[in-house]
Amino acid sequence: MLFTVLTGLITSSLLVPFGKFIKTKWSILLPFIPVLLFIVYLLYVPDVASGTNFLQHLPWVPSLGINLDFKLDGLSLLFALLITGIGSAIFFYARTYLRGHQYYDRFFGYLLLFMSAMLGVVLSNNIITLFIFWELTSISSFFLIGFNNDNADSRKSALTALSITGIGGFFLLAGLVLLGNIAGTYVISDLVAQHNIITSHQLYPLFVGFILIGAFTKSAQFPFHFWLPGAMKAPTPVSAYLHSATMVKAGIYLLARFTPILGNTDLWNYTLMIVGGFTMLYAAIHALFRIDLKAILAYSTISALGVLTFLLGLGSKEAIVAASVFILVHALYKATLFMVTGIIDHETHTRDLTHLSGLRKVLAPVFIAALLAALSSAGVPLTFGFIGKDLIYEATLHAPSHLALWLTVLAVTTNVALVAAGFMAGIKPFTGKLPQAYEKIHLPYTSMWLPPLILAILGLVFGCFPGLVGDLLNHRTANSIWGGETAMHLKIWHGVNTVLLLSLSTLAIGTFVYLINKPSILKLAAIEKFNRISPQRIITGYAYDIKRFSNWYTHLFHDGYLRSYHFKIILFAELLLGYKLWLSGPISIDFSVLTPPSWYEVVIMLVLLGALYIIVTTKSRLTSVVSTSVIGYCICLMFVFYSAPDLAMTQFTIDTLTTVLFVLVLYKLPSFMNFAKKGILVRDAVVALGFGTILALIALRVLYEPNTTEISSFYGENSYLLAKGKNVVNVILVDYRGIDTMFETVVLAIAALGVYSLIKLRLKSSEKE
Amino acid sequence: MKSAILQTATRYLLPILLLFSFFLLLRGHYYPGGGFVGGLVASIAFVLHSFANGTESTMKILRYKPISLIPIGLGISALSVVIPLLFGLPPMTGLWFEQPIPVIGMIGSSLFFDLGVYFVVIGVVLTILFTISLEG
Amino acid sequence: MELLLILVIGLLYAGGVYLILRRSMVKLLLGIMLLGNATNILIFLLGKITKAKPPVIDESYKIFQDIYADPIPQALILTAIVISFGLTSFAIVLLKRVYALVDSDDLDDLNTPEEEDL
Repeated sequence: MLFTVLTGLITSSLLVPFGKFIKTKWSILLPFIPVLLFIVYLLYVPDVASGTNFLQHLPWVPSLGINLDFKLDGLSLLFALLITGIGSAIFFYARTYLRGHQYYDRFFGYLLLFMSAMLGVVLSNNIITLFIFWELTSISSFFLIGFNNDNADSRKSALTALSITGIGGFFLLAGLVLLGNIAGTYVISDLVAQHNIITSHQLYPLFVGFILIGAFTKSAQFPFHFWLPGAMKAPTPVSAYLHSATMVKAGIYLLARFTPILGNTDLWNYTLMIVGGFTMLYAAIHALFRIDLKAILAYSTISALGVLTFLLGLGSKEAIVAASVFILVHALYKATLFMVTGIIDHETHTRDLTHLSGLRKVLAPVFIAALLAALSSAGVPLTFGFIGKDLIYEATLHAPSHLALWLTVLAVTTNVALVAAGFMAGIKPFTGKLPQAYEKIHLPYTSMWLPPLILAILGLVFGCFPGLVGDLLNHRTANSIWGGETAMHLKIWHGVNTVLLLSLSTLAIGTFVYLINKPSILKLAAIEKFNRISPQRIITGYAYDIKRFSNWYTHLFHDGYLRSYHFKIILFAELLLGYKLWLSGPISIDFSVLTPPSWYEVVIMLVLLGALYIIVTTKSRLTSVVSTSVIGYCICLMFVFYSAPDLAMTQFTIDTLTTVLFVLVLYKLPSFMNFAKKGILVRDAVVALGFGTILALIALRVLYEPNTTEISSFYGENSYLLAKGKNVVNVILVDYRGIDTMFETVVLAIAALGVYSLIKLRLKSSEKE
Repeated sequence: MKSAILQTATRYLLPILLLFSFFLLLRGHYYPGGGFVGGLVASIAFVLHSFANGTESTMKILRYKPISLIPIGLGISALSVVIPLLFGLPPMTGLWFEQPIPVIGMIGSSLFFDLGVYFVVIGVVLTILFTISLEG
Repeated sequence: MELLLILVIGLLYAGGVYLILRRSMVKLLLGIMLLGNATNILIFLLGKITKAKPPVIDESYKIFQDIYADPIPQALILTAIVISFGLTSFAIVLLKRVYALVDSDDLDDLNTPEEEDL
């Protein structure tokens, strides 16, 4: 399993050096990667369908319990097949769609990276590993959504998507770490066993909330849904891939995966039901007002995700099976519709429903694909969508009696809107009169219309023969979520019952809504009036305010003057240190332990202080340089007095060399100018003296700290015995702490090289300004 | 800054100071001194010479660019770190000749290390000062 | 004597801070050097100063016979002094370079117009 995750990652990185190669006809190789992986996963189907789970364990950071654990069960396999299967179709499609694009290689690099990350998410059996892949999907989708990076809107929506999913990621990480610490394990299959401990823990609401925020942001649930319509700025293959089978389904996957761990509590079920229920209705109604094909699909996708969340929230056996089936149903028809939209966009250069009509005459196979997908999305009998819809109604009808009626009404209303939206996207552009402008349109390359057609036909095949996928879906996938036996046979015909009646009336009303709801700009304008109170407005407004605040705050401290930075830093240090000194109480001076000063020491001190005074006050550059070296020599003498001959010698030579250096460079420069006003000089002097006082007080305090000299005495006593040296300072430098000295010489060498290159660097005349 | 007295003086001072710096380096393990101080004194000798006779003529005495001393010095230090590995000892273990050598005393790998430091310091100081003064 | 050293440390720090609050680049550099010197003495003082007892073992003995000055601060300061030379020389050359480019010692002249607009 690791192999399958790595394949994409490795190929993706190979595209960096071999990108040019893949821009040629050899690009045909690319789609075979997902196809290959798809076949690999297909081979697992018989085993998994008979109930075998595959585990793989590779230690990564075992001390933290973070490992590359992979597990393939029904749920993972369904998603892995979707990712690679839909992925194969998308790869074939995109290869033609983007032919000749400047960043063709880059696109496939991102796409492969994304595919691998998704596989990683659905296969991980360790929640930390899962999180890492989860974030990887956010990042790679950022590049995919913002692929047309010369377009400001595209960049903006990529950033919105990244911000929303990124914030969700933070919450998710917090939730997962909490969960892992409470349960004492990060392994998903072990967490399931601790369901009772976890759900009865007092922090349960907290980490469930965090994890749900993570899942809701990813799956575009209200009120985080708005990044998804924005993400439609991506090239259509990306939309098709991200929004049918992968990115947004990652959130659903997470919910499904965590249902046996966190689920089956009121909090979990009601939150999912309320959020999912609201989202599915809200988005489905929104879809009806759109005129951009992709926008309709975006909102119907949000609605479908709402349905899935809602079903997982219902949590009954029927609901779980319905969810498992609906994941596949939706992926098939939504990918088809997106790809069809891409073809329309590619050929007519518009996605505006008010302009498109009659395309069936010129794009016949595309129309067939779109029709089949629309019918499946509407749940017309004999399509796979019909089975999905049946199961949804069955699930709502079997809900607790006081809710059943309302939930069914909710589901029916949503589905009516979805039927209409599906027809709008799949049928509307192809019916009616063909405008003259589009008469010359011809079919695109086979590799563009064949993938959606295959997916659409698959929807029909599964609809007629649900047994093909039944075992895997209702048995194993639902079983992974439900945790118990879920055997329910997927049937085409249940006989005449409530569910069938509901289905048929949904279809009838939906068709009716489709017929009376003519897309128009006026309606779009009408619904856009509500944007003022939409969550998008509120959240982006909030983000904007944060940005403004941080701008203001940054500029408050970053005024661009070095001295003002110094001033702020030093003032802050003074306050901090001063407060700490004040806390530590009064300082008493014990004169008995101090060394009495001798006259020559006092003289040197006075010379030093005199030189210091001259540096601070002089206007002459040379005087200040000379005074600095006087200070250096005074310090050198102090080293002599206080038993540090090595230091004295070093200080002496360095001081000499520094003075030479200053003289070499600076003797040509003019004398100092005095810019500052007197008030500022006084202010700076006060701050400087304050800093000096605080440092002096600290020094005084440290003087009375007990001296810990274990290391010193170890060095001293063993200097000759171990290192055969008698000058302990030198022994420390070349022996005890030789590596430090080694690197110090390296630092010196770097400084010398820096000086050398700065001097030798010749600026071009243009840069000299 | 060319004066006959200084020029004559440096002619004798240069070898004497160099000898002194080497002396400081060798005895560093037993008395005050060592690679840093030795290297600095040696650089001062050259700087003094360049003041008296001009940087070009000092460069002539040196023959090689002082910057080439840096990798040589780093190499010697690194060798003394690595060589104990050949004897199966941890890096930087002090290795010593059995018998002391007259004047210098015991010779060991730490002396080589200090020699590397010595060369690096000379290289660094002279590179910095000479590039600046040649530029000016 | 320690008290005098503490006085020196305090005044060196004060002088250094005062200089780095000025607009001149040379003063900034001198200020940094003063701060470095002050820090060296501070470290030296923390190792408890000892008169006329260098950390060198007497010729005829293998271990210390008497008290001796703490060698660790000395080793630290020694490297600090040498490193500060590297720093100073690089800074001086940088300064020279900047001076050659903008013909000014004033730090404020280094601000680009765009930055001032912000």
